[in-house]
Amino acid sequence: MSVVFYLLAGLTVAGGLAAVLLKNTVHCALALTVAFAGLALLFLSLDAQFAGFAQILVYIGAVAILVVFAILLTRGSETPKDGVYSRHWISGLVIAAGVFAVFGWAVLQSLGGLPVRTGPAPTVTVLDIGNALMGRYVLPLEIVALLLTAALIGAVIVAMHEKEGAK
Amino acid sequence: MNPLAGYLLVAALLFAIGLAGALTRRNAILVLIGIELMLNAANLNLIAFWRYGPHPEALTGMMFAIFSIAVAAAEAAVGLGLVISIHRHAKTTDLDAMNRMKG
Repeated sequence: MSVVFYLLAGLTVAGGLAAVLLKNTVHCALALTVAFAGLALLFLSLDAQFAGFAQILVYIGAVAILVVFAILLTRGSETPKDGVYSRHWISGLVIAAGVFAVFGWAVLQSLGGLPVRTGPAPTVTVLDIGNALMGRYVLPLEIVALLLTAALIGAVIVAMHEKEGAK
Repeated sequence: MNPLAGYLLVAALLFAIGLAGALTRRNAILVLIGIELMLNAANLNLIAFWRYGPHPEALTGMMFAIFSIAVAAAEAAVGLGLVISIHRHAKTTDLDAMNRMKG
């Protein structure tokens, strides 16, 4: 394990913790962006250049902006008077700690069986990925295109103002 | 230590953080943020297994992560659209205050 990995892992986990713990919702969105950037750098450190840059474009470029828009449209930046945590936060924390304990135990138990492919990093060019997307993975690609279209139309319809009604 | 195990542990920690956020916060947008963190942790697992697995040239884990990113983007758009719609009806994004199925 290299120093770079520890730095990136620390950055990512700190960003995730801040995104979950901070009181101001706008600060949470900014911390979420830091966590996304840390994850993109982790992808790059794993020699997955395409996934890393896709992560930067999609998450930092689109999802984080969407989250900020939603926070500002719903005036969510005001801290509520009765706390930011739900009534049942203890049970939620216990469940999350239990899930982490199970995952950590499973990883540490299977240390011997995990694949370790040492040697040079796999060289994957964008050409390879494009060929794979147009060849073996063309059906999932079409399904994702359909899903994105449906999600686009659905999000617009759901968030659209009604002509009549309560508004 | 096995390098793959390090990435898996980071992903597990990130998943647990996202789960804790989704289960403990009151604001619906913060719950969505927690869900995004969980999805990203899963993506990190996929990429790490692709990098250290036996057949990286098959691109399986990489493709899975790319499709997962696309689906997560769709999920974020629809989820935030729902939150905005609910805020317009109920004037709140507090999940503890949303206790009616019919607005």
